Amino acid sequence: MESFFTRYKNVLVLVAVLLAQTISLAVQVKRPVEAGAPDGSSVTLLRHWVVATVTPFESFFHGIGHSVRWGWSNYFDLRNTRQQNRELQGEIARLRLEQAALAEDAIQGHRLQALLGFQEHYVATTVAAQVIGGSGSDTSRVLYIDKGSNDGLKPDQAVITPDGIVGKLRDVFPRTSQVLLINDQASGAGVLLETTRIRGILRGSLAGQIQINNLTPDSRIKPGEQVLTSGGDQVFPRGLKVGTIESIAPDPEHQPYTLIKVKASANLFQLEEVLVITGTQAELPGEAQKDLKLAKMTAEQQAAAKAAAEEAAAEEAARTTAAQVVADKLPSLNDGKDANAAAAKTPAGTAPSTAVPKPLPTLHPDRYTPGATPPASTLTPGGVSPAPARVVPEQEPSAESKVKPQAANPDN
Amino acid sequence: MPSLSYTSRRELEQHSFPPAVTLLVPVAAIVLQVLISKLSWRLGIVDLPLIVAIFFAVSRRSPVAGTLTGMAIGLLQDALTAQPIGVNGMAKSVIGYIAASIGVQVDVENITTRALMNFGFSLLNSLLLFLINKRLLGLQDYHVLWLHELIRACVNTVIALPVFMLLDHTKRAD
Repeated sequence: MESFFTRYKNVLVLVAVLLAQTISLAVQVKRPVEAGAPDGSSVTLLRHWVVATVTPFESFFHGIGHSVRWGWSNYFDLRNTRQQNRELQGEIARLRLEQAALAEDAIQGHRLQALLGFQEHYVATTVAAQVIGGSGSDTSRVLYIDKGSNDGLKPDQAVITPDGIVGKLRDVFPRTSQVLLINDQASGAGVLLETTRIRGILRGSLAGQIQINNLTPDSRIKPGEQVLTSGGDQVFPRGLKVGTIESIAPDPEHQPYTLIKVKASANLFQLEEVLVITGTQAELPGEAQKDLKLAKMTAEQQAAAKAAAEEAAAEEAARTTAAQVVADKLPSLNDGKDANAAAAKTPAGTAPSTAVPKPLPTLHPDRYTPGATPPASTLTPGGVSPAPARVVPEQEPSAESKVKPQAANPDN
Repeated sequence: MPSLSYTSRRELEQHSFPPAVTLLVPVAAIVLQVLISKLSWRLGIVDLPLIVAIFFAVSRRSPVAGTLTGMAIGLLQDALTAQPIGVNGMAKSVIGYIAASIGVQVDVENITTRALMNFGFSLLNSLLLFLINKRLLGLQDYHVLWLHELIRACVNTVIALPVFMLLDHTKRAD
């Protein structure tokens, strides 16, 4: 007769295996309270063995691929390089001007921050690393990089690219490190909406998207708004680019919150090189300070050039004296004919702006009308002064001048 | 006339593998999986370790060996992810056990059987991962897109057929 253990050997092995793994899972889930936190020492040991087995192969194949790409991009694919160089130089010049325009604001901002006692954290030191592999699973978004604790890396350090944030270091081994991407479902980051200054928590999803799902509906939040790191998570320094809002919709599972989907600035699916932030400081880094000084100098040069141009214009204006200006504007003795000739040449509806308008001819002259009084030499003592002669207008009165007297004197 | 009993069929068709193959093929599957998913994130839909676990289980026709092989491959896979170690280990242990049990009773050399088996086990793997994450680990945000899982099962089936034919050459008849 078969014993119980012999008869049910297969099932018992399966149950034992499942039980052992369930206990292992329970221990692991209990230990790191925070999602995405590094593992306990026993788990790290197992991961370390596997990573130490797999990463040499990954590094080898990555090295081959890198060499091929490097050879192609540095020797064969150099077409249009001069054109690109010219365009980039133009862009640098344009950016220098933009930087100069912003320098004053930046300096003022720093002064105000210092006055208010804000403790700003700037990226001081970074370590560049190459991505050598991933998890091989589409449900766990992690990367492996070719730098580890030997290069000064530690768990929970931020990983970025020039485009935006990528994730944080989870497990650090001597020569490699595991990066938990921001689109992993165990990932999280404190973020700030750029224009509305609303703070939220960014989370990854199973589908590899990043989203904010702890905000209530707000009409000020619009698609296209930039999302930045807030610095509240103590991992990412404040002000780094995260992405732009792609869509806003009610979250069916967490009412009354909204589900804000964010398009990551960095291409999280095709990363080749990343930067690990190994240190921050309260003051601007040396390079940034140099750039700021340069920008300030450019701004001062621009201001000096503008002031010189304005001074030259003022000198030019001073040459034309006030008397000349008045003389130009007052009518001269010959203005009658000239003005009439000018009026004839001027198209209808347009009037010369500088000439003083000549008075219209008098329609009903009297003895007070200029030119109506005869010269004294023609007068005789006791004689009756002649009736004032009707002044014949030199120019046909306009339609307006014909209408006005009729309106004023309806008897005519 | 001799009858083909359960025991005799298993004994006739049991295969073993050289230790180098037993050790290197799972590791190669995991390295290859990592490399292809690095080439394009869309290739992460393929599950080479699962295919290898099914192959070893149905070829050896021993539920104990199938369970242990599945567990080892699953744990290796888990060690490279950010998930707790044991999620894939448990799922592949169950699959290894069932695959080996099926391998005793049906002809696993047939292409149609292999295709159906891989399709079914791929779906079962997704279901087990869902249950472990949702029920055991309590991840409330864990969802399964079943259309995606169906596509995954189809892709794995297509990949599995040539892989099985390739690995058939490493078999050693007992």
